[in-house]
Amino acid sequence: MDADRIGRALTRIAHEIVERNKSVDGLAFVGIRTRGDHLARRLAAAVNGITGGNVPRGALDITLYRDDLMRTAVGPQPLVRRTDIPFSIDDRAILLVDDVLYTGRTIRAALDALIDFGRPRSIQLVVLVDRGHRELPIKADYVGKNIPTSAAESVQVRVQESDGCDEVVLQQESAR
Amino acid sequence: MTPASTTPGVAAPPETTTLRGKDLLGIADLSPAEISLVLDTAEAMKEIASRPIKKVPALRGKTVVNLFFEPSTRTRTSFEIAEKRLSADTLNLAIASSSVAKGETLADTALTLEAMRPDMIVLRHSSSGAGHLLSRICRSAIINAGDGMHEHPTQALLDAFTIRERKGRIAGLKVAIVGDLLHSRVLRSNLHLLTKLGAEAWICGPPTLIPPDVARFGVRATSRVEEAVDGADVIMLLRIQLERMQGAYFPSLREYFNVFGMTRARVRLAKPDAIVMHPGPMNRGVEIASEVADGPDSVILEQVANGVAVRMAVLYLLAGGAEHEEAA
Amino acid sequence: MKRLLKGGRVVDPAAGIDGQLDVLIDDDRIAAVGRGLPVDGAVVVELRPDFVVCPGLIDMHVHLREPGQEHKETIATGTAAAVAGGFTAVACMPNTDPINDNANVTAYIVSKAREAGQARVYPIGAVSRGSRGELLADIAELRQAGCVALSDDGRPVATALLMRRALEYAAMFGMPVIDHCEDPSLKGDGVAHEGFQASTLGLRGIPGAAEAIMVERDVQLAELTGAAFHVAHMSARSSLRAVAKGKDAGIRVTCEVAPHHFTLTDEALAAPVPYDTNVKMNPPLRESVDRDAMVAGLADGTVDAIATDHAPHHYDEKQVEFDNAPFGITGLETAVSLTFDRLVHGGVITLRRMIELLSVNPARILSVPGGTLAVGAPADVTILAPDLRVRVAAAAMRSRSKNTPFDGWELRGGVAATIVGGRMLFANEAAGLAAATA
Repeated sequence: MDADRIGRALTRIAHEIVERNKSVDGLAFVGIRTRGDHLARRLAAAVNGITGGNVPRGALDITLYRDDLMRTAVGPQPLVRRTDIPFSIDDRAILLVDDVLYTGRTIRAALDALIDFGRPRSIQLVVLVDRGHRELPIKADYVGKNIPTSAAESVQVRVQESDGCDEVVLQQESAR
Repeated sequence: MTPASTTPGVAAPPETTTLRGKDLLGIADLSPAEISLVLDTAEAMKEIASRPIKKVPALRGKTVVNLFFEPSTRTRTSFEIAEKRLSADTLNLAIASSSVAKGETLADTALTLEAMRPDMIVLRHSSSGAGHLLSRICRSAIINAGDGMHEHPTQALLDAFTIRERKGRIAGLKVAIVGDLLHSRVLRSNLHLLTKLGAEAWICGPPTLIPPDVARFGVRATSRVEEAVDGADVIMLLRIQLERMQGAYFPSLREYFNVFGMTRARVRLAKPDAIVMHPGPMNRGVEIASEVADGPDSVILEQVANGVAVRMAVLYLLAGGAEHEEAA
Repeated sequence: MKRLLKGGRVVDPAAGIDGQLDVLIDDDRIAAVGRGLPVDGAVVVELRPDFVVCPGLIDMHVHLREPGQEHKETIATGTAAAVAGGFTAVACMPNTDPINDNANVTAYIVSKAREAGQARVYPIGAVSRGSRGELLADIAELRQAGCVALSDDGRPVATALLMRRALEYAAMFGMPVIDHCEDPSLKGDGVAHEGFQASTLGLRGIPGAAEAIMVERDVQLAELTGAAFHVAHMSARSSLRAVAKGKDAGIRVTCEVAPHHFTLTDEALAAPVPYDTNVKMNPPLRESVDRDAMVAGLADGTVDAIATDHAPHHYDEKQVEFDNAPFGITGLETAVSLTFDRLVHGGVITLRRMIELLSVNPARILSVPGGTLAVGAPADVTILAPDLRVRVAAAAMRSRSKNTPFDGWELRGGVAATIVGGRMLFANEAAGLAAATA
């Protein structure tokens, strides 16, 4: 996917969000750091552009909730970044945003983390790419593009804000 | 999913993402990049305290022993809260209930604990270097919560965190440390930290309480408190212990307060936005006047709050173990 | 039985001999020293030409721990360590349990030493009863039982008055008073040299002045009394100055330096092993200016003797917090190698001076036999291997305790053999000498 197609996918998702949620009041975006956070920022802008509303947005770091933390034999700890959700999630419909949906483990961690912040009315999942191979019973509500992959491949999402360009590329695992 | 490789020139990655050592015995062993890593991680940890549920599952299944051979309420409580917020299982062993009273050595106490396979031991001990002894005996990560007159690394880290939060930086700040310098582990940790991060450190106290050869730390020592606090960004006070009078370090607490006590008049010599810090517990009317302790410049209670975040960061970063230990 | 030490370099400073010579031992005496001595039925010990045959080394400051602390060392293990370290005789300090302040303890030590049959043992008696610094010990009795000097080592002679009386009284028997010089109030509860390292590591300091003040006091008293005073384990540059001044004034003061004080500095507190209790000793390792001063004093003659202050402690006693560990390290089995490596090969002193420091002068200070290879003298001989590569191995030491900071060190120079009273009690296979030729 190039920058243009990513942009169109995000615009389409924004429209779907507005359609499916009768009112944007009570909606809030929470992006999973780091690329989900950038995508959430763009989606929020798009939704606000369509509706003229002002949907709040937060960033979630799920490192401390990862299920592989402390399971690897010995080694450096993954970097923890700041979680920043400057609003109460109680009774809101949360749009949880990530770049790639794969095994579902990141989303499981994010759901656990979100619940520690309160009791949202609902949580909807937004991903730019769904590459299949789920290991947990998790399904996205909004998908930019389904990309069938093999386990030997990896999907790299790059976004302007952290990588200097917008693109989605498929790589052989060994090529990384 | 794993974070993708970063493109150079965008969102600078941190200089290091890991602590090299198995233990945290002192600031002396940390590089500036490692200190920054702890402080950055502590920033993320601090947010957890603002949540309705102040607990994350990061250290689930890890056992942390708080082994305290000296009475300490603040440090032990701070560590315990930090451990619980990270979901570790904690065990408190204080001197009164330990077998040291029965004549067991520190080494044997440690080996006994070690046999129960804790992941980390937080040690407070009255002898300098006690943590080094434990580190040689134990596989567990040792976190020094104060050893004799040597170091109290998490205190210095929380001090640095507080300064950075208030001042946005540490490099180039003038930090005046006033009090019992000779017997202070807080001083030693802070001197290492402040000089590593490029602050201009001044220490001040009666000559009897200034450690010999301290200038080799790269700090300025003076017994004129006005000179020390003049234009300072940070005033850090250290506790004066009553029993030092018996050692003839100074004639009386009253005289100490007159010559060195931090009064509002003395604080006024510092920068207008200077902050006043104290690791606690305070002796009001000895090293610090109440008007200063409770005044607008005091960040003493912030230090306490930040202590939990900094200790969470240290616990988290050490819980993975050190890479080079893999073969062991 | 006759034994011919053939082919080595004989160095006997007392007789002014230094050359490729043979030494003939007849039974327990030196029978002849000369070039190409006839074998004449003697057992021949062939020596490499660079091996040095010298008067037996004497360590005038050791702690043998017996009676009372046999878990640290016994007279048998301590004297076995001595011969392995090239020493044919040692003088042992009285801080045993009970203190060697009476003839019974001295007699016990003498008989245990005879039983052990290793290095000769010269007991040093206590200055004061129980080394408590109050009443004089029974000095005449101690002398008669075999004591060669007096000391309250482990502590200083408590008061100037007591030191004065001890010097005066001991002079009657020609015994020197050896003082552990340290002002107790300045030492306080210190555990390390007062300086940058102690400041950094948070260890309570002992300033060099704590030692020098007492050296100054004792030099004054030696002048007052005209008696002989010897400074034990000197470590501070200011002490050296006080000794030099005293010597210049013709006062009868002598001093010794331990190998660790001319080798290490207080930097050993921090690395390689931080807070290693095997670098905790009293007096403490001082800073480099002090260490360099000791080296200079060894070179210029101000220092009279090298003595180890061999202070064995059990592993368990040292495996504790630095504050709580006892002071002291072993020294008998590393002294010769350190002296060679640091001083002789380091270009600081000559081989002849090394032998003066380790044999001639200790014999003279204590007025004991030895320190010479003169015909008719006891056959106490040490054979040195100046270029032997030595790797210090604490575990292999004969001392019962292994508390040395030099474990694993590689040093140049060692001991080839040790002969006490004509019996070869140590022969170093690493130096190519066959053992058990006794």
